[in-house]
Amino acid sequence: MRPVYIVGIGQTPVGEQWERSLRHIAHDAVIPALRDAGVEQVDALYVGNMLSGELVGQEHVGALVADFVGLRGVEAYKIEAACGSGGAAMRTGVMAVAGGLHDVVVVAGVEKMTDTIGKDTTAGLAMAADQEFEAAEGVSFVALNALLMRRYMYEFDVPHSAFGHFAVNAHHNATGNPNAMFPKAITLDTYRKATMISDPINLMDSSPICDGAAAVVLASEEVARTMHNGRRPIRIAASTVATDSLAVHDRRDPMQLEAAWISSRKAYQQAGVTLDDIDLFELHDAFTIMAALSLEACGYAERGRGVRLAEEGEITIEGRVPVATMGGLKARGHPVGATGVYQIVEATLQLQGLAGRNQVRDANIAMTQNIGGSGATVATHILVGE
Amino acid sequence: MSVARTWRTRRQRYSLVGERCEYCHNAIFPPRDVCPHCAEPAQKEYTMSGRGTVYSYTTVFDPPAGFEAYAPYPVALVKLDEGPMVTAQLTDLDPDDVRIGMPVEMVTRKLSEQGDEGVITYSYKFRERLERQAVAA
Ligand SMILES: [Zn+2]
Repeated sequence: MRPVYIVGIGQTPVGEQWERSLRHIAHDAVIPALRDAGVEQVDALYVGNMLSGELVGQEHVGALVADFVGLRGVEAYKIEAACGSGGAAMRTGVMAVAGGLHDVVVVAGVEKMTDTIGKDTTAGLAMAADQEFEAAEGVSFVALNALLMRRYMYEFDVPHSAFGHFAVNAHHNATGNPNAMFPKAITLDTYRKATMISDPINLMDSSPICDGAAAVVLASEEVARTMHNGRRPIRIAASTVATDSLAVHDRRDPMQLEAAWISSRKAYQQAGVTLDDIDLFELHDAFTIMAALSLEACGYAERGRGVRLAEEGEITIEGRVPVATMGGLKARGHPVGATGVYQIVEATLQLQGLAGRNQVRDANIAMTQNIGGSGATVATHILVGE
Repeated sequence: MSVARTWRTRRQRYSLVGERCEYCHNAIFPPRDVCPHCAEPAQKEYTMSGRGTVYSYTTVFDPPAGFEAYAPYPVALVKLDEGPMVTAQLTDLDPDDVRIGMPVEMVTRKLSEQGDEGVITYSYKFRERLERQAVAA
């Protein structure tokens, strides 16, 4: 397999983009990425997206975006794996270049979630779950995460307030990210007083509904060497995807994200790294409970102890395991199908020393992990600055 | 859910008909034709007793489209006595009384209605097990 490099990045501010359609939002990330890479033509475009059909009434998004960004003619399609769509699109792009089928590809993630009203968006997001035996019973996606959180609190004797450190950290980091949806610091008190949405999950446990797009240009080593944008070359040292049962009730142990375990272990092996080598971890904090379960599944903490890392300050930019360094899903925002690509863009900025006051010192190796549904698809990437 | 889909899953929704794997003997619900435990074919029907305990629970305040009329409503993961776990609404109880580990039993209740002309879907919901209530009283 050939080494694959990130040679260009682009992202839009995350938020409610009333004046921009799905296609425009995608454009606003892809064009800057192409410009950043200094290329006008690519071999393929892979678009991560979850809900274009349900929320915008638009499928066939690959060709739509290709045409709209001036790439008419290229191979293009949408990659869907619920909230893990961006990570899955990334994996597809890596396979194409690493396998020698293409030399330069664009991977984009785009989501438009604010054209619909709340209950329809809620029903759309529930499509990440088992439609016949979870969603059909009236269980929302938030409620599924609430079921996990309640059980976690019971099984490991963790008070709700302990999860607040994840939200406080995410919001703090978002204040240094010009593209974040909520660049506003919060306190543990804000967290404790937040509106309950599906007990024990409150508004501050939960990532927001929003619009956004991010894009990266990937190239083979040979092509990457001819590009000189003056920035540090970023190599993709690992790219893995693993799956689990769609439904929480079908998991061997709902308190263990098995796909995150498999995907991360394969990634460590591919990259030849251990946890100690990784300088930052863009995890999938769609809900605070997911942040805790991810840290445990990836080996950062024992079962039931993921929250401790947050409590002890280990997850801050100065900590041992900086997470959500640009605000994470909680405060940068979670435009579902785009999130996995935002994580890659942000990890690249960190490795290139371009993260401003959120810069993790001496960042050389970064991990990103994008989770589809309540844990059924997990895409892990490890990036290395050379 | 569409009429056809509701009809297709009626035996699961009305009487918890699942399977028992002939190779590893695990009970399976809902039926899935390939055993999730040993990956062998699993096609032998087996009906769950409908008794179980609450593994976890929450309340849906912000329901998906189709369930607006019922919110807020309690939902749970119920661990059936036979082994499988199901996601279902709780019924006939005060949400504040629900506890993890609470014994529950399956009952049939209206799940949703699609307008005045549309199909009415019935499904399993779980209530606190009656015999326990009697003992407690
Ligand atoms: Zn079996």
